[in-house]
Amino acid sequence: MSLFSIFNVSGSAVSAQSQRLNVVASNLANADTVAGPDGQAYKARQVTFQTVMMGQAGQPESAAGVQVSTISEDNTEGRRVHDPKHPAADAEGYVTFSNVNPVEEMVNMISASRSYQNNVEVMNTARSLLMKTLQMGQG
Amino acid sequence: MLNRLTSAIDFQAQALLLRSDRQRLLASNIANADTPGFQARDFDFKSALSAATSSMGGAASTRLGDPIARGASGLDTAPSATNPALRFATPSQTNLDGNTVDMDRERASFADNAVRYEATLRFINGSLRTLQDAMKSHTQG
Repeated sequence: MSLFSIFNVSGSAVSAQSQRLNVVASNLANADTVAGPDGQAYKARQVTFQTVMMGQAGQPESAAGVQVSTISEDNTEGRRVHDPKHPAADAEGYVTFSNVNPVEEMVNMISASRSYQNNVEVMNTARSLLMKTLQMGQG
Repeated sequence: MLNRLTSAIDFQAQALLLRSDRQRLLASNIANADTPGFQARDFDFKSALSAATSSMGGAASTRLGDPIARGASGLDTAPSATNPALRFATPSQTNLDGNTVDMDRERASFADNAVRYEATLRFINGSLRTLQDAMKSHTQG
């Protein structure tokens, strides 16, 4: 029954999207992190999704789930602010912040939460269809 | 004899299987809405159903004798016989990461397919109720 594997497909998507939300949360939490003693500030992270086939032997093509393939770091230069009195300032008086762009992260968060909701709704529909299939011949 | 009673439902059963296949396919498309390079897929329900039911027509004329073996082989061959030809969706708006999932269309198709699945279920329930009514004696309600 194909409806059962909808739970696998949408479940994998929900878990991938929640991992994306997790990464967004880490980025937003570290939006104002300054560079530590090693001079390296927090680098924004980004997940990359990948299709994973999860059908049975007969129909491998028609059930395509999602998984997170890589979590990559954004290597652009962090924001530098001139503040000689700051305890983390370097020799020239600059403080290096993390390279997180809060606006980008908020957009990413909304996109992830919408996709999450979509997949939950897909699972709800599949569940109600299965419940009605179970009652076949009783009504 | 018994398979003549149930052959009326076989067509709707094939339609139900194909509907659930399509539902899974659309769920895969929705799940992969953010996957780079994913190509949305769908199949033509009409041609898939006619292909599935034409292959079923020959197998329906089985003789009496081994109902268990026939039932088991019928279950095994049914999914491969109904394996529909998948087609790639044409993107209405191009996307920089190569993803061709159009969420509006997928959601609409998903809702449409769910309603049609329920309709097929009701047809099956109606046929079953007709069979039950025909089996009842006149003294029963």
